[in-house]
Amino acid sequence: MPAESPSNPLLEVEDLACRRGDRTLFTALSFGLPASTLLHVRGRNGSGKTTLLRALCGLLRPDAGTIRWRGEAITALADDYNREVLYFGHLNGIKADLTGQENLRVAATLDQDPISDAAITDALAQIGLAGFEDLPTRMLSQGQKKRVALARLILSKAPLWILDEPFTALDTDAVALLERRIAGHVAAGGAVVLTTHQEVQLTQGEIQRLTLESAPSQ
Amino acid sequence: MLNVFWCILQRDLTLALRRRTDVLTTLFFFVIVVSLFPLGVGSERELLRMLGPGVVWVAALLASMLALERLFAADYDDGTLEQLLLAGQPLSLLVLAKILAHWLLTGLPLVVVAPLMAMQYSLEATAIWVMMAALALGTPVLSLLGAIGAALTLGLRGGGILLSLLILPLYIPVLVYGAGAVSVSVIEIADTQPYFALLGAFLLGGLVLAPPAAAAALRISME
Repeated sequence: MPAESPSNPLLEVEDLACRRGDRTLFTALSFGLPASTLLHVRGRNGSGKTTLLRALCGLLRPDAGTIRWRGEAITALADDYNREVLYFGHLNGIKADLTGQENLRVAATLDQDPISDAAITDALAQIGLAGFEDLPTRMLSQGQKKRVALARLILSKAPLWILDEPFTALDTDAVALLERRIAGHVAAGGAVVLTTHQEVQLTQGEIQRLTLESAPSQ
Repeated sequence: MLNVFWCILQRDLTLALRRRTDVLTTLFFFVIVVSLFPLGVGSERELLRMLGPGVVWVAALLASMLALERLFAADYDDGTLEQLLLAGQPLSLLVLAKILAHWLLTGLPLVVVAPLMAMQYSLEATAIWVMMAALALGTPVLSLLGAIGAALTLGLRGGGILLSLLILPLYIPVLVYGAGAVSVSVIEIADTQPYFALLGAFLLGGLVLAPPAAAAALRISME
């Protein structure tokens, strides 16, 4: 990943506004996210964190404002932008009837990543699922399912990660592992947008904080 | 790009194989509906021969409808649909792979059992062949059109009923020409070719238009 100067952010948000129903979640939201930066989005329940993240990854069209990736509007980039983003939402995005191995194989093919089976097995082992790779994920516990989904972070080469509450349902070991992985991604010049109710530490790189206040309904 | 298509096709087929009941329900529904009619209307050969093509086609429409609701709903519920949308691959292509898997699982079995069903209506060999060919051309159109409806009604409460109301009217041309081809094949001087030409045209039109339409509908439903 080429290092970019802070004046030239990877992700730029200008005057963003989102409404859900007749409730205004946020208006005139602007920020820039340079490389090697983590954006920690905070706010109370219902303040629009998930909506913001879904807008950032292009799943949701904002009511106003523009989102630019490397200077170009993401609506114009479309699939080219999607290839650079890894989104991890509230739903794990794994198939209960497929094994961990098969789930990650599908994810890797969709990302057009030529990843070997050994690399997938290795990623599952790293996330603490050695011996579980051939079990259908419906046999796994809630936390283990989440780990299968998070194994994508180990394999991913996408420069921008958008993670919505990645730490829920994980035990302390998994949280520590995930924090290390996120810190590693930021240190390698990636960008992360993250919502979580816990504090985030980085050894390298910068943390920006954004707090969403629920605007009064109009 | 083609490997993404195969990947999704293979994934959906694997999932269906691990959860066979879904596939079998559609097939049994078709078999039962078609078998109920001779029991209801009696065993008069001429009457059954006239009813046969229409009944088989209507049952095929309903059976195909039955499985449609699940086309995107399962992926929607577990979040894999989100990942498909964000994969950075042409969504129409992924949708086409899902539609093809859906047809292989719900349309193709109907084509295969249709001759057995047709025998209950004392249809002749030529009519049975015509029926198989017409179903082979027509059922993919049902899956293609149905995908648009399934995408539009995704995540709605009571989406199943709405889906039937949206899609069944669109199935009418396929029903008319599909059943028509079989009825006409019984008459010696008549030619079934125009019927097949039209069914083929529907299929080609559907292949071109339905995947992008369903993809656009999915993006709207996911907002």
